[in-house]
Amino acid sequence: MQNKIPTHPMEDYLRMDRMPHIWCPSCGLGSIVTAFMKGVKNAGIDLNKLALVSGIGCTGRVAGYVKLDSYHTTHGRAIPFATGMKMANQDLTVAVISGDGDLFAIGGNHLIHAARRNMDLNVICVNNFIYGMTGGQNAPTTPLGAYSSTAPYGNYEQPFNLVGLAAAAGSSYVARWTALHLQRIQDSIEEMAKKKGFCFLEIISPCATVFARKNKGGTGLDLLQDYKRRSSIDHNADPQKIPLDMDGEIVCGVFVNDEKPTFAENVEKGTSRKVKEHPLYVQDRKDQEV
Amino acid sequence: MKQSNLHGEFFMQGNIACAEAALSAGCRFFGGYPITPASEIAERMAFRLPQVGGSFVQFEDEIASMASILGASWAGVKSMTASSGPGISLMLENIGLGIMMETPCVVVNVQRGSPSTGLPTSWGQSDMMQARFGSHGDYGVIALAPKSPQEYFDLTIVAFNYAEKYRLPVFVTSDAIVGHMTEKVYIPPVDELEIINRKYTNKKPGDYQPYTIEPGQWVSDFAKAGDGYLYHSTGLTHDERGYPDMSEACHIQLVNRLIDKIKMNVDDIILLEERDLDDADVVVVTFGTTARTVVPGINLAKKKGIKVGFLRLITVWPFPEQKIRDLAKHVKGFVVPEINMGQIVLEVERCAGGVLTKSLPHPGGGIHDFKDVAKAIEEVAYAK
Repeated sequence: MQNKIPTHPMEDYLRMDRMPHIWCPSCGLGSIVTAFMKGVKNAGIDLNKLALVSGIGCTGRVAGYVKLDSYHTTHGRAIPFATGMKMANQDLTVAVISGDGDLFAIGGNHLIHAARRNMDLNVICVNNFIYGMTGGQNAPTTPLGAYSSTAPYGNYEQPFNLVGLAAAAGSSYVARWTALHLQRIQDSIEEMAKKKGFCFLEIISPCATVFARKNKGGTGLDLLQDYKRRSSIDHNADPQKIPLDMDGEIVCGVFVNDEKPTFAENVEKGTSRKVKEHPLYVQDRKDQEV
Repeated sequence: MKQSNLHGEFFMQGNIACAEAALSAGCRFFGGYPITPASEIAERMAFRLPQVGGSFVQFEDEIASMASILGASWAGVKSMTASSGPGISLMLENIGLGIMMETPCVVVNVQRGSPSTGLPTSWGQSDMMQARFGSHGDYGVIALAPKSPQEYFDLTIVAFNYAEKYRLPVFVTSDAIVGHMTEKVYIPPVDELEIINRKYTNKKPGDYQPYTIEPGQWVSDFAKAGDGYLYHSTGLTHDERGYPDMSEACHIQLVNRLIDKIKMNVDDIILLEERDLDDADVVVVTFGTTARTVVPGINLAKKKGIKVGFLRLITVWPFPEQKIRDLAKHVKGFVVPEINMGQIVLEVERCAGGVLTKSLPHPGGGIHDFKDVAKAIEEVAYAK
């Protein structure tokens, strides 16, 4: 009798011909990808109409592994690329998954402006407090005093509070979880996929290979244990008042969940009044499709 | 069919003609950032795109603008951005991404005096080598240089056609003179224009690979996001599946094809205006605005009895190497006036094979004195 060949539980959602992936053992990304795919599936959206855009870095590689229309773009520019996609085809659900360096250092300006416009995008930032792919350099999230390969005497810089920044810039939805809150991540992704407007999720993820090694944090599991010990859930927390540091509390929750018009809705509202009366307006858009 | 474009005869500014051409070609997304002397294109698109069901977004910078038009193109919409020197410098990384992902789109560079902030309200032609080599790495590129608002219109349509056909960002390299010049522009009805659209795959999802090149083709058939093909595209070196492949063999094949798809189709891509070349002793090689300003100089030299030929590069990139090589066999020399310190002359010199090639540079902010042009022609004609 032939043994049944065991299949991977995620094989419907992953490019199995690209496995094994390049991520290190104990990295949070594997379980985050699983939670993402389950979340969007639970949202009931057509996965054929879901486009995923990544920037550069460890998290940037997510686009290469998921069975979606997926784009691995330039460093920091995933959000404007995704904005072009969304504005070209409003039927698409467009998600961006990238790292803290990609989205908040080199791409920081794009993030705050997309949030300000309330562009209908789902942005997931996997925050490991460091540049992993390039070997452990300082990130805009590296806690004050933490060691990195470009902060050999400890980091001198104040880190960004990502949820505070995303909320201040005007996001419709802002949440933070650690890579251990997989069910919560999945639920947030589901909410974001259903919700209109700029949705932002920060996921605190362990990087054993560089962040833990530079900071004597032990293994990836030790980091996760530490994040678990430090984390608490408070949906009513003010996102401006919950910055992260080396050993303080990691306040998690859904801090912002607002309803407000998206960029595309504002365009529609503005143009419906004025453009349609203009003599150059083409009434039937299908007539002039090329 | 209902006409979507503005058609008829107009007294129209060059930059407006460019925007109208984009709309006539089917462009339905524009991402941009204000910059002199290119802003009129963005302003026109902001006004016109909502009228035809398209989208305009003014971004936070030119980096985002360029990234956005790539995304729009992958979502199945023809897209464009327009800028000038400093903005184009910011776009170059994502222009490289467009080259690598093979993304059809159009980038308009209304050149101004450079380097750096240079002469924002004045002109130059000093970004020609930037268009060719600006983004890092080796790749083929197309750049078209209009000399009038009418040609700005015509060439913007050609640029979209080349972008769709050869799957890359195509440059329209105009300048502040053509951009801000107002002349008669005739816009034909949209169904009288030759419009090329990208070829979408007719394969079923599962059978389709985003970078498989069918026999006889130089680029792969397209699939847009949302059509169920679930493909991957990356700026990394990639194989037919679009998957990263860091092997030397894959890299050699990909980079060669990015160059060859242009190089092997130069006869299709290169547009030239040729006058009096057959019996010319001296050929003036020129492009864009300069092609107009040097005419009195050529006429002056002709009056003095010199046989002067005129070769205008409508397509600047790819460079018409063979044309220069052929001319070099029977002319005494070339004169290359350009509003930069000698960029295209390097190409002419390279192809002239030792035949006398005289550079006539101008740093920008002004135009060549026609007497200098005549003098340069004379110098070449009577060179020992």
